[in-house]
Amino acid sequence: MEAAPKARRIDVAGALRDAGVTGLIAFGLFLPLIGFETVTDIRDELILTTRWPLLLALLVVIAAGRFAYSVAVAPWLARRAERPKAATSAWQRRIRQWLVPFAIGFVIVYPIGVIAIVGFGGALRWVDNFGIQILIYMMLGWGLNIVVGLAGLLDLGYVAFYAVGAYSYALLAKNFGLSFWILLPLAGILSSFWGVLLGFPVLRLRGDYLAIVTLAFGEIIRLILINWVALTNGYAGVIGIPRPTFFGIPFTADANGFAAVFGLQFSPVYRVIFLYYVILALALLTCFVTVRLRRLPIGRAWEALREDQIACRSLGINTTNTKLTAFAMGAMFAGFAGSFFAARQAFISPESFTFIESATVLSIVVLGGMGSQIGVAIAAVVMIGGTEILRQLNFLKEIFGQTFDPTQYRMLLFGLAMVLIMIWRPRGLISTRDPSVFLKERKTIGADLVAEGRG
Amino acid sequence: MGYFVQQLINGVTLGSIYGLIAIGYTMVFGIIGMVNFAHGDVFMASAFIALIAFLILTSWLGIGSVALALFIVLIVAMLFTALINWAIERIAYRPLRGSFRLAPLISAIGMSIFLSNFVQVTQGPRNKSIPPMVQGEFVLSKSHGFPVTLSYKQLIIWGVTAVLLLAFWYLVAKTRLGRAQRACEQDQKMAALVGVDVDRTISMTFVIAAALAAVAGTMYLMYYGVVNFADGFVPGVKAFTAAVLGGIGSLPGAVVGGILIGLIETLWSAYFSIDYKDVAAFSVLAITLIFLPQGLFGRPDVEKV
Repeated sequence: MEAAPKARRIDVAGALRDAGVTGLIAFGLFLPLIGFETVTDIRDELILTTRWPLLLALLVVIAAGRFAYSVAVAPWLARRAERPKAATSAWQRRIRQWLVPFAIGFVIVYPIGVIAIVGFGGALRWVDNFGIQILIYMMLGWGLNIVVGLAGLLDLGYVAFYAVGAYSYALLAKNFGLSFWILLPLAGILSSFWGVLLGFPVLRLRGDYLAIVTLAFGEIIRLILINWVALTNGYAGVIGIPRPTFFGIPFTADANGFAAVFGLQFSPVYRVIFLYYVILALALLTCFVTVRLRRLPIGRAWEALREDQIACRSLGINTTNTKLTAFAMGAMFAGFAGSFFAARQAFISPESFTFIESATVLSIVVLGGMGSQIGVAIAAVVMIGGTEILRQLNFLKEIFGQTFDPTQYRMLLFGLAMVLIMIWRPRGLISTRDPSVFLKERKTIGADLVAEGRG
Repeated sequence: MGYFVQQLINGVTLGSIYGLIAIGYTMVFGIIGMVNFAHGDVFMASAFIALIAFLILTSWLGIGSVALALFIVLIVAMLFTALINWAIERIAYRPLRGSFRLAPLISAIGMSIFLSNFVQVTQGPRNKSIPPMVQGEFVLSKSHGFPVTLSYKQLIIWGVTAVLLLAFWYLVAKTRLGRAQRACEQDQKMAALVGVDVDRTISMTFVIAAALAAVAGTMYLMYYGVVNFADGFVPGVKAFTAAVLGGIGSLPGAVVGGILIGLIETLWSAYFSIDYKDVAAFSVLAITLIFLPQGLFGRPDVEKV
């Protein structure tokens, strides 16, 4: 794992030795957990079975990969580093200029395009699993971006506000029969109330400590949702949550349902497409509000707070209020997303609001490049779309046998991707920032020039 | 009274396990200033390694002596877990040293997700339970109708923890490595200038942290007799709470904090509600950080311009 020598000549013997050492270390790493498997036998006792062929195959792959790296990849990287960096060409600039309008146009026509290509039957999966799922995380990412990216407050319990929004909608809609459109803002208000409530005591904390406290709050809220059975029905969750309607017209198969009113053949796809546009509007609203807020005094105060808290205080910015507004604003969007989530699923349980969700959203923000709206969108597509694709890879069963289930590797690869992307680009995918204030011309600055938040 | 004493015994036992994990958090935080999020999952992986080693010893090699088997299991788990943590530091944290502050934290969260899912994929999602390794107990008192017992396994946990803490204290306070560690903690650049190999010292810190987590993992397996791939997260957060409570960066603080958390959790379950025992532990974390951020034994953190 040492850095490759700078010599032009490829050192094959050294590469072989490296490969051998790597293989040996990998043998030590994987021997207990891959070499042996603990299985429960018919008498319900644990017994051991061995998996030597699998272990051997893995070691060969790792050693060969290490060899290929030192022989081919490392010299190539060294050569590339020596070459002077090319300036951005005209077409690269043009791509950048047209990226956002194109992306917005694409997401608007996406469901129609999908139906045109795969027809009504196949569209459900594509719009629901890819479209809605990614947009929910994109919205959460944009919401958390206010807290982490703009105000520089590291929040590991963001999912708590998502849960508050979801349970607000679920319980109020089920028990009081209020409609989705009334409860959506209400869920946002309740969530932002919780954001202020939880934000207030922890404002003095900085960096990692803040992260851990917010994590603790997130877990506390989840544990309360599990244990307060009288209100939330505990692990079993809330079932039969009313679905949103199209201005009062439900998406059902009966005579006053959506399809019948508009004289269409009934299909569940209509509801999914409606939900798609609802979450698209909510996500774009989040993005739009964030972009506009950055130009207001409050947004500038957030960014100033991220850069230097003490300087902020000496300039007369009320840091408490500034932090609380960031928390409340981020929580509000999580509340919107949560109530949408509850309405879409029609079933919620505490299982949907684990720490993994917070980590996922935070990783989307950080991997995308903190503070970058486009970066967050790209990261959401890559991370959520990537893991969703794994669900669809049924052809792998043909290769690895019928017992092979690609979905169980979903989180494994997700974790690995987080580590690898961080090593590759510690500042995130989009690591440049447009300044919100500039004199004559707008110059993009590298994010490495921007101090990370210590607020 | 008997009930209370029994809860104290149980709490200290649980707290010893938390304390051993907490040392790993506090050492790593002390030396490179990062919360090693994956540490709880390293602990869980070590319990699995201990489980596999135990099965090999008892069912394949047929070792009858429990003491010998336990000793070998402990050594094997420590070795393999140390190797895992060494590799984690090398792959996921070292390239990010000196990078911006959130990068290692995200990398550690990724590692934590990877580790728990790796164990799930390779060993299966079901609970793994083994027959009790050590049975028997001392009855301390039988008065007031409630027998107070101290089981052999609790005694083993106390003994092993005490011996290891002594050895560990010796390592940090008296050896060259310990001196290098303390030097790196204060000022890495200066330590490097006077000839301390900083990379090696940090690697060794991770190795020691993992070895102690492996002891905790083995003790956990022996005490509860069951382990699951998801068992890393909650003990990990509780051990982190212990480290914070004791004052992060302080080694005696980690142990005291661990025992306090163990006691709080056990007494809460015994007298209030077992459902909310994790809430109690997490609340302690929040309350400590808000009102006593430097912990019991920590140095106050001065904000500099």
